[in-house]
Amino acid sequence: MAWFKRSPWMIHYNATSCNGCDIEVFASLTPLYDLERFGIINTGNPKHADILAVTGSVNEKSTQVVKNIYEQMPNPKVVVAIGLCAISGCVFQDCYNVLGGVDKVLPVDVYVPGCAARPEAIIDGLMKACDVLEERYAEGKAAKRRVQGL
Amino acid sequence: MNIIQETYQSLSLVERMVAFVVLAPLLGGLLAGIDRKLSARLQGRYGPPVRQPFFDALKLFQKERVVVNRAQNFPIFLFLLFTVFSGALFFAGADLLLTVFCLAVAGTFLVLGAFCVGSPFSHLGAEREVIQMMAYEPMVILVAVGMYQVTGSFKVADIAQHQMPLLFHLPGVFAGFLFILTIKFRKSPFDLSMSHHAHQEIVRGLTTEFSGPALALIEIAHWYENVLLLGIVYLFLGSNPLLAVVMALLVYFLEIFIDMNYARFKWQLTLLSSWLITAVVAVPNIIVLSTLR
Amino acid sequence: MYPLIFLVLFPLLIAFLALALPRGLLIKKVIGVLANAVLCGVPVYLLVAHLGQEATYYQAKSHLVDAAMPLIEVVIAVYLIYVSVRSRRYLPVLLVVLQSVAILAFEFTGGHTLEVEHNLFVDQFSIIMALIVGCIGGAICLFAFGYMPEFHHHYQEVPDRRRYFAFLLYLFLAAMFGIVFSNNLMWIYFFWEITTLCSFLLIGYKNDKPSQDSAFKALNMNLIGGVAFAVGLVYLYNASHVMELDKVLGLDKGMVLLPAVCIVFAGLAKSAQFPFSSWLTGAMVAPTPVSALLHSSTMVKAGVYIILRLAPVLQNTAASKVLTMIGGVSFLITALIAVSQRNAKKVLAYSTISNLGLIVACAGVNTDAAVWSALVLIIFHAVAKSLLFLCVGVIEYKVGSRDIEDMDYLIMRMPKLATCMLIGMAGMYIAPFGMVIAKFATLKAFVNESPVMTVILAYGSAATLFFWVKWMGKVMSIKGGASLEVVEDRVSRWEWTTLGILAAATVAVCVAFPFIAFQVINPYLREVFGQAPIVDTFNVYVILILMISLWIVLPLGLLYYRTLGKGIRTVATYLGGGNIDDVSYEGAMGKVGEIEIKSYYMEKYFGENVLFPVGVYLALTFVFIMFGVAAL
Repeated sequence: MAWFKRSPWMIHYNATSCNGCDIEVFASLTPLYDLERFGIINTGNPKHADILAVTGSVNEKSTQVVKNIYEQMPNPKVVVAIGLCAISGCVFQDCYNVLGGVDKVLPVDVYVPGCAARPEAIIDGLMKACDVLEERYAEGKAAKRRVQGL
Repeated sequence: MNIIQETYQSLSLVERMVAFVVLAPLLGGLLAGIDRKLSARLQGRYGPPVRQPFFDALKLFQKERVVVNRAQNFPIFLFLLFTVFSGALFFAGADLLLTVFCLAVAGTFLVLGAFCVGSPFSHLGAEREVIQMMAYEPMVILVAVGMYQVTGSFKVADIAQHQMPLLFHLPGVFAGFLFILTIKFRKSPFDLSMSHHAHQEIVRGLTTEFSGPALALIEIAHWYENVLLLGIVYLFLGSNPLLAVVMALLVYFLEIFIDMNYARFKWQLTLLSSWLITAVVAVPNIIVLSTLR
Repeated sequence: MYPLIFLVLFPLLIAFLALALPRGLLIKKVIGVLANAVLCGVPVYLLVAHLGQEATYYQAKSHLVDAAMPLIEVVIAVYLIYVSVRSRRYLPVLLVVLQSVAILAFEFTGGHTLEVEHNLFVDQFSIIMALIVGCIGGAICLFAFGYMPEFHHHYQEVPDRRRYFAFLLYLFLAAMFGIVFSNNLMWIYFFWEITTLCSFLLIGYKNDKPSQDSAFKALNMNLIGGVAFAVGLVYLYNASHVMELDKVLGLDKGMVLLPAVCIVFAGLAKSAQFPFSSWLTGAMVAPTPVSALLHSSTMVKAGVYIILRLAPVLQNTAASKVLTMIGGVSFLITALIAVSQRNAKKVLAYSTISNLGLIVACAGVNTDAAVWSALVLIIFHAVAKSLLFLCVGVIEYKVGSRDIEDMDYLIMRMPKLATCMLIGMAGMYIAPFGMVIAKFATLKAFVNESPVMTVILAYGSAATLFFWVKWMGKVMSIKGGASLEVVEDRVSRWEWTTLGILAAATVAVCVAFPFIAFQVINPYLREVFGQAPIVDTFNVYVILILMISLWIVLPLGLLYYRTLGKGIRTVATYLGGGNIDDVSYEGAMGKVGEIEIKSYYMEKYFGENVLFPVGVYLALTFVFIMFGVAAL
């Protein structure tokens, strides 16, 4: 059943962003845009989360942290890169410390463009992430059945 | 009005327990959903659908099982078992004091599970949970004592069928109980140990290191506990079942309202205010009742 | 009658053997094991033999004993004076002199006309106490075999007086048997003084300044109790010409209320109730077997034993209500103080005083339900607390500290010992174990008689919950991913056997509880009150179901989670994403930090220096009121 679509819990991590996209993410949680009506809760704990929303590009320090958080999330999980910096590093991609977008470190499933990304876009991206979650879950179950069948 | 009492009496002990075990999570989940919807509306937003807690629980059951150490989920299972057992005892009409003690044991298991994980956030949540338990335990015992003093019996079945509304004899006890009910429901200002849904406190406090099915079990256990607590509120007006049910729901809405209005207290204020309110409001009630006998 | 006399004299024989035989002989260990088996076996025989019977009284007249007792008392008095003068402490001298004057004056005036019909007796309550003294005392003596070598290894500067230590332990056991089987109050007083002496000598075993200070504090307080006891006895005889326990209970209250209150006061001192609690917390400097034997399971129980015996004399008087308050104050304040204590032995000491306070309060209320609760409390507390003390004793040497904060991850470092500790702690406060049955029954007993005690019990059990859960959590914490050195392989076999016996006893006493309640406690209550409390059978079934299911579910569940749970993915704890492993993280500026997890102690609110004086002053006030009410 499509429970992941009904109740996707999100953890938001700020890699090196200017906080612009972060503010937009939190704005999505406010009554004006209200992410909670989709069942999305912003939990600060990777072990409770399904969606990892990353803002900002990654550098040496945040690589370790973002991998750590990703590992602690139980499957199925998706990664959403919010904002241009998370997608590719944007204007900072040639800086000495910036590695680039999040997909240099993690497998990203949904890219939400914008600088800063608008709440409507963020919501759209998270909804797409829910679909990806459902696919992941179905794949995972099929894989398990194959392993057990063998 | 008598339909409720008649149905209750027509069921046997085992049937009552089974009815509780099956129906309580449905009712509890619905109450949790109404809580979230109402909170959202009070904040001027749409909020999730009322069935959202069920979606959450079902989703959590589908998640991968991830643990920090292999022993951590076993106390959670015991927590659920004991909470269900306390509720079943209560609705079967058994001894109220036994129910209270059983519930305390259940809470202990939850705390021990959080302690055994060895994580700082979990530990802090567990310490605060124990402080919360210490804060509400006197009042809960005094509720049982007060009900005994009025009806002459500790048995829930007898208390529920007492002819006079207990509320008239136990106003102080009721007021004190309402105060600590906020702690038991884990609502602001007393949600120090674990945060429900949108609130956050020390990451997730008690439940930080639990995920997937274990977390779902904690949620469901809280639904059982909430139904049990509303059942205790019901007892205060047991002579008029319909009014009692309405009052229980009103109390629940009051808790939601308090939640929306208050910010979190510090643990010192929680502990001291609970003990002080118990001493000032409930203890005189008990003493007056004992002198009247 | 002969088993009773045997139980008093046999430990005495063993004591002298322990002193006389040179150290290290194998035969000593054999004798020790046999002796302890006998000390367990004879009370069990008594239990079976007296099942369903009423109290039996024996004349047991002996001119030798009658002559020897005053002589021995004089010897003890002289010795105590000598030791006190040598340490330049003069309060004990004063107290001993007062006591001796009272007793000697009595012996030479009224003592001639003293006619005692029955010197010894046995009833179900005595048998319960004898079982505790014999089985638990025997187990602790066994523990000492393994513990004392390690003690001396750690404290090289303490002179090795192990034979003297063993002598004192068995002498003490003999004296305890004497107290619980004596009907003659003068005999009880004699054995009482011997326990005071043993306690004093055992606390001071280490012979350094803190031990000596604590020993003399204990001596002073117990001697104050002793003076009260002596004065009470003299007054009693002058008022009523009766010196026997069973006869005192039958006398007119007006005559014997004041002496009874004096003896109750002595019991309060011996059980370390407020205002006398500081001797027990100070006595924790003694070696662990001393703490376990004297200061948790047996000697302090002698105090509540005599209070429970004399409670019918105080019944329905104002003095009884005040006694309840003294017990209540001790119960509540020590439960609150225990929240703030980090020293494991002090936590156990305060918990002991707390439980004894509850027993004293039950004695003050003195209905059949209250005394039922008191007896249940005595049994369960003795078993669980001695287990905990012994565990802490072992932990102290293996972990190197008595501080609870150093017992992190104990279940990984010392799995078997941690399991024993968890059983003991569970026995102290978790339903459906004994203490909760006792608290449950106590609440019901108080609810009709004393609303203030009900409130005190409500607050006290909340505080109790806090410190036990906190400690249990500390012991149970698991360090993910790390392997810690297991330090328990160097625990001696003697210690393991005893811990195993006591842990099994904790469980057995819970399972055998219906038998104990219906066959042993209820007949006693029927004798004393004419009725026994009617227990709700449904509740009994529920509690039994809970107990049995826990015993089944717990091991099965642990097994399941250890074996079948192998395929589950493990991750690190959440440390903000900066995990290096489960316990260390990379912080600001790349600095590596390790997590430190400490518990809450809330010293500002529950600290000893805050609450202890409150308890002392309150209790002192109540003591004065009690005496005043009794005198009028």
